[in-house]
Amino acid sequence: MNQSPNLNSFRGGPDEDGRFGIYGGRFVAETLMPLILELQEKWDEAKDDPEFQKELASLGAHYIGRPSPLYFAERLTEHLGGAKIYFKREELNHTGSHKINNCIGQILLAKRMGKTRIIAETGAGQHGVASATVAARFGLPCVVYMGATDVERQAPNVFRMKLLGAEVKPVTAGHGTLKDAMNEALRDWVTNVEDTYYLIGTAAGPHPYPEMVRDFQAVIGREAREQILEAEGRLPDVVIAAVGGGSNAIGIFHPFLDDKDVRIVGVEAGGKGLDGEEHCASITAGSPGVLHGNRTYLLQDGDGQIKEGHSISAGLDYPGIGPEHSWLNDVGRAEYVPIMDHEALEAFQLLTRIEGIIPALEPAHALAEVIKRAPKMGKDEIILMNLSGRGDKDIFTVGKILGMEL
Amino acid sequence: MTARMDRRFADLAAEGRPALVTYFMGGDPDYASSLAIMKALPKAGSDVIELGMPFSDPMADGPAIQLAGQRALRAGQTLAKTLQMARDFRLEDADTPIVLMGYYNPIYIYGVERFLNDALEAGIDGLIVVDLPPEMDDELCVPAVARGINFIRLATPTTDAKRLPRVLENTSGFVYYVSMNGITGSALPDPSLIGAAVLRIKEHTTLPVCVGFGVKTAEHARAIGASADGVVVGSAIVNQIASSLTANGTVTEATVAGVEALVRSLASGVRSAKLAAAE
Repeated sequence: MNQSPNLNSFRGGPDEDGRFGIYGGRFVAETLMPLILELQEKWDEAKDDPEFQKELASLGAHYIGRPSPLYFAERLTEHLGGAKIYFKREELNHTGSHKINNCIGQILLAKRMGKTRIIAETGAGQHGVASATVAARFGLPCVVYMGATDVERQAPNVFRMKLLGAEVKPVTAGHGTLKDAMNEALRDWVTNVEDTYYLIGTAAGPHPYPEMVRDFQAVIGREAREQILEAEGRLPDVVIAAVGGGSNAIGIFHPFLDDKDVRIVGVEAGGKGLDGEEHCASITAGSPGVLHGNRTYLLQDGDGQIKEGHSISAGLDYPGIGPEHSWLNDVGRAEYVPIMDHEALEAFQLLTRIEGIIPALEPAHALAEVIKRAPKMGKDEIILMNLSGRGDKDIFTVGKILGMEL
Repeated sequence: MTARMDRRFADLAAEGRPALVTYFMGGDPDYASSLAIMKALPKAGSDVIELGMPFSDPMADGPAIQLAGQRALRAGQTLAKTLQMARDFRLEDADTPIVLMGYYNPIYIYGVERFLNDALEAGIDGLIVVDLPPEMDDELCVPAVARGINFIRLATPTTDAKRLPRVLENTSGFVYYVSMNGITGSALPDPSLIGAAVLRIKEHTTLPVCVGFGVKTAEHARAIGASADGVVVGSAIVNQIASSLTANGTVTEATVAGVEALVRSLASGVRSAKLAAAE
């Protein structure tokens, strides 16, 4: 099957088998297949059900705080001396990031499916916190798998999850990061298929997750598109977002994909540089492979073993990327660029000082790309960036690197 | 279909007893020891060998097989070496069917065509690729079956009547019934439920049905074997290997000997299942 009945659109995917070009699909154990097919059926029903959409919109407005503001970063714009910079303020959402958009959507679906137990994986802990939050809100028990390394470097979020009543299970396999947490969550799901709903946090995994998570996150781009039209009377020249698994990025990109004059830029974690092993730039420095239920760009060796990667940002510390990003890259609709740890750190500090906003280290990567591009652009041009999360959770990591006592 | 697999199950049917199917991880704890284990399996009474291909992210496996894969990868095992292991084994055993078991990505990266060519040439009889459900048959299953390599599918308790025909559609060699939901190495479920599930599968296929997940002892093997065409033992063998290693994970004199003793005991279990079934 082709990508979409409308060959002129970049927004029609995936096809009925969950494919975006060669990417995506359903590469899971047989035990999970009936669940994934059921999930797809229920999701197809829900997305066309006005009642479901109404409840989603109501919780979006009153629980999450949507719409999130579009903010003109006047001082940063002046400082950089080029394009006008706008932030989509997803960091102002309840729980402090875009992750809640997806969690509210999926927990409504879990409830609809009669599931009584929620599991989730988390890297930075933002998705874990958002999952624990919606589980508390809907009165369901929640188990969050988190790599042991991340448990250590994201201590405030671990505490928040526990306060919210979730059980945080540290995963020591591998390097103890997001990849390992996802393996463990999949193992839990295979074991507890009857009652458990797996709340995947990013636009990756087996079909229908990449599509479903994107659709829940696309509210970001839909709002931003309307807001920028209202503020500027035109669309932005460039949309920029950080990409780990890529849910905040696909959320803001998707509504702009068919606006052919809008450039789309995803920012990958370049870590300590692309020459060595210590980065998470799956598209820039990886190759297509199959992991966690989908085919996509991965960091892997010549034998098809998955590498661990590295990023200062736990949320970007994943050796793969959502399949739709892989496809957007290959068809040339979006470009993906790496930003190094130190560039993200500088951006983090600059925004804090100049706009009074402490960004999470994930969007600090996107910001570093904005800082590179804006000065080279005209003052009449516009950059829209997804400020996907706030940096409270990262102050200990940053403090440690800057040698500050906390 | 490779003749070797069909011949083996036909012979066992004539003998009136279930097959003992033994799994181990290729390259655990090192190439030479692992090859010695492989060679010891049929001598100790294994009828079919499942040769594990290590993968960095074995999502459907429990801790025992995860660790075995890590030991193998640390010792330098690759897919090319796993195929070489089969080749080395075939130099002295032309009859025991070999099934490669693992995950898709290493095969995808090796190249499907190249993999199938090399697997055939190495004497491989079947493939179990955990993360390739029927929906993904075009990736590997269809080309493998076209070459005469069996594609063995897992059926599970979640595989309902509606789904079973789809699961069995391109399956060949045997059907591997995973007797519970969950990861490898979990506890053994009720044998009577297993018997019912095997009968349910047999309504849809004439292929032998082998049952795995949770079999650890000769007694388990006898109980499961009474209602199935084969008994698969994996984690127990892998655990036996693990328990024989030094603190640094290196081989000892007890490694191969321990596997031999365990498999001999399991083999006595399946051989007594013949009597149990006849009662």
